This record gives sequence, C-alpha cells and structure tokens, in this order.
Amino acid sequence: MRLGARIGEWFEARLQLKQPIKDVMAHPVPTRTASWFYVFGSAALTIFALQVVTGVLLAFQYTPSAGEAWNGLHVLNDKVSAGWFIRALHGWGSNFMVAVVFIHMAQVFLFGAHKFPRELTWIIGIFLLLMTLGMAFTGQVLRWDQDAYWGLGIGASISSRIPLMGATIVKLLLGGPIIAGATLSRFFAFHVFLVPGLLILFVAIHLILVLKLGINDWPMPGRIVRRSTYMKEYKELTHKDGIPFVPAAIGKDIIFSAVILIAITACATFFGPFGPSGQPDPTIIQTAPKPDFFFLWLYALLSFLPPSAETPILLIGPAIGIIVLLALPFVSGEGEKSWKRRPIAVLTIILVAGAWASLTELGLHTPWSPNMDAWSSQPIPKEFLADRTPLERRGALVFKAKQCHNCHALGDTGGQRGPALDAVAVRLTEDQLIRQVIQGGGNMPAYGKNLSPSETKALVAFMETLHPPGQPAAVDASRTAVLKQSP
Amino acid sequence: MNDPVNRRTALVRFGLILNGAIGAVLAIPIFQYLRSPTRRPEGAEKWISLGPLEQFPIGETRLATFTNPVVGPSDGATANIPCWVRRVAEKSLQVFAINCAHLGCPVRWFPQSNLFLCPCHGGAYYADGSRASGPPERGLFEYEYKIERQELFIQAKEMPTPGPTAYNDGKRHLPCV
Repeated sequence: MRLGARIGEWFEARLQLKQPIKDVMAHPVPTRTASWFYVFGSAALTIFALQVVTGVLLAFQYTPSAGEAWNGLHVLNDKVSAGWFIRALHGWGSNFMVAVVFIHMAQVFLFGAHKFPRELTWIIGIFLLLMTLGMAFTGQVLRWDQDAYWGLGIGASISSRIPLMGATIVKLLLGGPIIAGATLSRFFAFHVFLVPGLLILFVAIHLILVLKLGINDWPMPGRIVRRSTYMKEYKELTHKDGIPFVPAAIGKDIIFSAVILIAITACATFFGPFGPSGQPDPTIIQTAPKPDFFFLWLYALLSFLPPSAETPILLIGPAIGIIVLLALPFVSGEGEKSWKRRPIAVLTIILVAGAWASLTELGLHTPWSPNMDAWSSQPIPKEFLADRTPLERRGALVFKAKQCHNCHALGDTGGQRGPALDAVAVRLTEDQLIRQVIQGGGNMPAYGKNLSPSETKALVAFMETLHPPGQPAAVDASRTAVLKQSP
Repeated sequence: MNDPVNRRTALVRFGLILNGAIGAVLAIPIFQYLRSPTRRPEGAEKWISLGPLEQFPIGETRLATFTNPVVGPSDGATANIPCWVRRVAEKSLQVFAINCAHLGCPVRWFPQSNLFLCPCHGGAYYADGSRASGPPERGLFEYEYKIERQELFIQAKEMPTPGPTAYNDGKRHLPCV
C-alpha cells in the first residue's frame, strides 16, 4: 500500500469521517434545484470564508487604538507588501457579501423557501442578515477615519432617542461619554470576536438545517405546501427525480462562487481599498460625513423624515421590519410557493428594491445638503446677469454674499436644498418674495435680521428678473388695481 | 442513598449546582465590568479652559477646541473636541456643541449669512443657536460656562445627543436653547 493511502487510513480509523462526509456530499436533491437561481447561498458562504481569511490577515497589522489605527491603515496601504490589496479584498468582499446576502434572501422568498418545514432556516437567515449588516457597520468604524467618527455620532444620536434606556445605550455603545479610544476597542471586539463568532455558529445551524430538511424544491405553480403531506411529497420528489448533490448539482455553485471571487479580485485590483478618508480628528470640521454604500439609503431616509415623526419611525420601523420578517414563515407557512402565483410577494420585492435604489441614488447626490462652497466657488451663469439694472446686479451680489446660492440653484449652479430660482418671479409676487426672504418658512431660515432694507430691496429686484423670456413676472392683481385707481 | 445510580445522579446535580453557583458569583464582576462605561468617569465635571476671553471678540462666533476632561491612553486626536463660542456682550456668551441636534454631525458657522449649517442633512440654526430649518427638532446644544479672571471655562461632560443625558444627577439635560 502506498504511504499516502496508509496515512489516510490511519486517520480514518480514528476520525471515522469518510462515511458521514460521503453521505452529506451525495445526499439527493431535486433535479431542478441544480439551477443558476440556487447559487447565492453558497456564494455568500464563499465570500464569508474570504472575509475570515482576509480579516485574519488584516488583524496581523491592525492597531485597535484610536491614536494609531488611522496611521496604521496608511502604513498598510503604502508600506506593507500587498497591504492595500488585502484591505481592498476585505472591503470589496464586504460589499459583495451584503449584496449577495440580500439577493439570496429575495430569491428564497420568491421561491417560497421560507414555508414549511424551513421556517427556522429562514429565521436563522434573518439573524445572519442582521449580523452581516452589523459586520458592515462595525467594519466601517474600524477604518477610524472622519466618516467613521461622525458615523458613530449618528449611531449614538439615533440610539439616544430610545425611551428610558437611550442614554445608557449610548454610553455602552461608545464605551464612555465621548467617541474615543474605548469606542474603537469595543468595536474591534464586536467586529473581530463577538459578531464573527455568532456568525460562524449561525451559519453552521443554517447549513445543518439545509442538509436535514433538504434544499427547497423548485416551486411549481399549483404544487401546494401542506404541513400534513409536504415531507412525504419532498421525499418522493428527491428519490424519484433526485440527483446526488455532489457531483451532479454542485457544479453551478462552484462556478458562480469562482465568478464572484473573480469579480471581488477585479474590483480590489482596479478600484483599490476604501479609504481611510480624513484623519479622525474631530477638530477638523470641514467634512461632509457619509456612510458606506449599503447604508446610504438610511442616510437619505434620515433627511426626508419630518422632524416630529423621525424618532418614532427610527425606533419602531426597524422593530416592525424585523418582526414582520420573523413572523413571515408562520403567517404564510403553507400554500403556493411559486412566485407566479404570489403577486404580493413579487410586488413587495419590486417595491422594496425600488425604494432602496431610489434612496441610495439620492444618498449618492445628497440634494438635501446645502452646497457649502457654491457662494464662493460657482459664478452665477451670465444669462441671469445680462441686461440687468445696477440695482438688480447689486441684488445678485447680495444673493452671493448672503450665501443664498448654497441652497438655491441658478441654471446648473448652486445647491439643491431649496427650490431652484431660475423662474421664481413667475411663482411669487414682489410682496411674496419679500415676505419669504424676511420671514423664511417652508424650511427656509428667516433672513430679516441679516439683511438691511436696501439689501432686501436689491435682492428682490434681482429675483423679480428671474423669469423665462415670454413669461411675465407674477403680479398681485388687486395691488395693481389699487395703484391704477389712486391718482 | 446506597443505590449507585441515585448516587451518581446526585453527584451530577451537585456538580451542576456547584457550577451554577460559581457562575452566579462570576456574573457579578462581569456585569460590573460591562456596565462600567455608563458610570461617570472621575474628573468629568472639571471646568475646562477655552483660553483667555479676549480671543472671542464681542459680536463674533469663533471655533474653539478643548481636550476632554478625561483622556484615555489610546484616545489620540479624538480627545480634542471643537465647539463654537459666541460672545454676545462683555460677560454674556453662548458655547455651542459642535454636534448637530439632529444626528451629531459637525455644524459649520457661516458669518456671511449668520447661520450654522450642518453638512449631513442640511439642518440650519440661527446665530443664537435656535433652530432655523431642516430636520433638527431643537436648537444647538449649549455647554455651561463661567468666566474667571478673564478666562472662559466650560463643562463638557459628554458628547451631547438628542436624547436625555446619561448621568442622572438631578439636572435634566444640557439646557435647551
């Protein structure tokens, strides 16, 4: 007997793993599940493995100290051989992981995999999703740059609104009264020990459940899930029309995992690592903090919620969302699996995906934020200045000097916080313009205390000229009538 | 008690009770350790100097920075905290926290338009810190201050957040503008 085989047998005599592994590998699965739709779970597992490996590699170099971490990341980026690449792999791996986990979730939901008997698999999956998002957030904190620092401020400000316990939760989150060394240490513990430990445990349970209960059968319209008969039907399906998972069904999983790894490698190579952005010195306030891609939707949402409804929505919304997801398999544990017969399920996915995409798109452009530099860096386009009287041009100067341009656009310049003023004279009469400037309102600050009467007069005279060529400025008809009558 | 099975069961029970007891004893220090951040660190109530009063001309709003009263060994630059000082009159000032009352982002002062603007979600405040527009529900947070020998001191016990303050010491929270 050859040496290799003899060593193998020596181990097998003690471990006795050959048969259990064989059973797991060759367990029968319904033929149609060997599909390109069934590859996302295994891809998520592959990325998780990549994250563990690259995470351990990064931990060789990372310094979890608020005074050193940011410098350490620059050393990793610039001095350590391939340091930038390992960081890039881990960062892009994180984005791909969140994306694949969401796609996996949408797919199993549309294919009715949450129904009997796989309720627990779905519930464990919800926790895995929350932990994946938790890893994405805590990982962003470990970058320990300006975005991480102020992102923690946002997290603390949201947590502080929890009734009764808010203040305590903020202190526990930050590890003290401010964002500082203790904060990074605990997020390091969360990101490197606590959450990954739980993730490994939950992934193991998730996989055991998939093996014990079998992969979800391909949903056929009209094939109804009933608690009384499903187990028997599934057994028949896998035995009559089944193939062994290895080697017959695993091929597409392996290829897709490889494609995902290639994509991550390509992104890491071409786009490089994420940051770190500016140094985590809170006294540098010339910054516009922004979260990572997968939290942009939340960032956008936070700017649109009305102030009075924000706290309840922020606190109750996620709780309702999680309860709905956890309750789903119990509410719709039976019935049709096919998405072709579940229009509400399809609409839900379209609605959620559409809302997410719209909010993310807005988060990329942040139209709700004043353009802080527009007043000093973007000139008013010349068509808004041509053929104006000296008074009107003086008004244009006031428009710049008082930073109106930061919130109001003229042509393609300026901010988008308030309405564009290209044709404001058509919408508002002279009196309405004066009132709006002085008293503010409709989410605009009042400038009464900040403008002299002559500045207001000039500014309004300038705005009165802002109307399209063939469309006159709005006038107050009653006032015109009164002026006509008076001698 | 002579039955060996009963004796073994009793042994298991005793073993479990023993482990449970030591577990309960260990839980106390672990709990204390975990909740330690919720206790006010020693020295947090110290008055912090923002420097001589002459740095803050009457009628102007200027950025000042201070070091947190309690500095940990690994805090680095995060121990330095900025704030806005507005000198209204000789002895009358307002010291605003840098954190927006919406979600804590750093607000910037624009003397040209007399507004504080937040870069995150567009919150705006007037010169006196009151809310002007945007998502914040209230005005800017203010620190308590005192003037001693022409020097400005403040109390900054924690990062201000929109919820109530952490330390229950009778006072409700940072005075609302």
